[in-house]
Amino acid sequence: MSKGEEEVKLLGAWPSPFVLRARIALNMKSVRYEFLQETFGSKSQLLLQSNPVHKKIPVLIHGDKPVCESLIIVEYIDQVWSSPPSILPSHPYDRAVARFWAAYLDEKWFPAMKSVQGAKGEEERKALMQQLEEGLALMESAYHSVSKGKPFFGGDRVGYLDIAFGCYLGWLRVIESFSGLKLLDHAKTPGLAQWAQAFCAHDAVKPVMPETDKLIEFAKVLMAKAPPK
Amino acid sequence: MEEVKLFGVWPSPYVYRIIWALQLKGVKYEHVEEDLANKSELLMKYNPVHKKVPVLVHNGKPISESLVILEYIEETWPQPPLLQQEPYDRAMARFWIKFAEEKSIAFASFYVAQGGEELEKATEEAKRVLKILEEEVLGERKYFGGNEIGLIDLVIGWIALSFGEIEEAVGVKVMNGCDFPGMLAWIQNFREHPAIKANLPKHDELLAYYKQKREIILASKTA
Repeated sequence: MSKGEEEVKLLGAWPSPFVLRARIALNMKSVRYEFLQETFGSKSQLLLQSNPVHKKIPVLIHGDKPVCESLIIVEYIDQVWSSPPSILPSHPYDRAVARFWAAYLDEKWFPAMKSVQGAKGEEERKALMQQLEEGLALMESAYHSVSKGKPFFGGDRVGYLDIAFGCYLGWLRVIESFSGLKLLDHAKTPGLAQWAQAFCAHDAVKPVMPETDKLIEFAKVLMAKAPPK
Repeated sequence: MEEVKLFGVWPSPYVYRIIWALQLKGVKYEHVEEDLANKSELLMKYNPVHKKVPVLVHNGKPISESLVILEYIEETWPQPPLLQQEPYDRAMARFWIKFAEEKSIAFASFYVAQGGEELEKATEEAKRVLKILEEEVLGERKYFGGNEIGLIDLVIGWIALSFGEIEEAVGVKVMNGCDFPGMLAWIQNFREHPAIKANLPKHDELLAYYKQKREIILASKTA
């Protein structure tokens, strides 16, 4: 059996932006896979076996081999199912730019977003929201310089950075809903607002992007379960 | 005409990774030493988001973030390869690179621990991470990358570069020969590799640096 024909499983959960990255990448390559959803609050034996170091989703299991870490999974998918469309840009410099922004989002921007709900007091919440806004301004500028007038960061088609960033859109909408503040919209970030629309409407994204209403319900459940401060 | 510049600061392990990678690939470059207390206009221009080193500038185009730079170097100058070709092997190498990077905070905590319980805890955590690296990642291999140095070696390379001096500055030996024979053997192999050997700081200078820096950090903690 060739590498591309072996069985593919994805361990994940529908609300996770990281799992969403893997699903979009698999969809882009038209890879058939079995989606094994973890039950919220517990970890399956398969997950513990496949990702003993972190015990986290997503895990892609290809044949019998587990691949962990969402962006590593996306690069793996692009390399194994190498026929078009390509997910990573073709030129090394463009790849470096895409990886740079993905790292920024994961290491600086998303941690701020995660902290908003648990912020202690209005001062801290305001500071975090400002950080998010500044980050979006950076991404707006990056979008213009990277897309060069095309709809996506990847140009004419969805690429690595579209996936790395777009996976956070659902949760961004949740933050906007809870705070009553618009962070990504036509007034503040016109380029990104247009991009977000195109991204969410994309064939590889639409079937798997969680609905904001469902995420809001899920967030409420999470907050109810969180220990009191 | 290729023009390659590396903006760095001595003795940053993040910068050394790039120096080693360029050396392994045989890439000629100009080193630009920055003063972090007085960052150059060029650095601010090339890395406006983080304003940090290292920054690699290739024919006028800047790349920031050491792991991103390493992948760029690997793709731009493919020989000799520092990442395996097989997708699964690459995924595993990248996994352990990310792991090592995330766990480096354990060593930062060790470095600034203020004695007693804090130091004991930090020492245990550092040992735990080293054990994983030795048993699960290195195994029986000469290098983390296999028979040849790979990107993982360069990322973990800070241990071979300066962990000895850090242990001395703290006054606690974490990696002794009995418990970590694999790591110690790797350190020796790594440091003796011609590309690395030519690019290592002097022990005395490094020790003085880490001792002084630690004093400053601890003083500001108790202030």
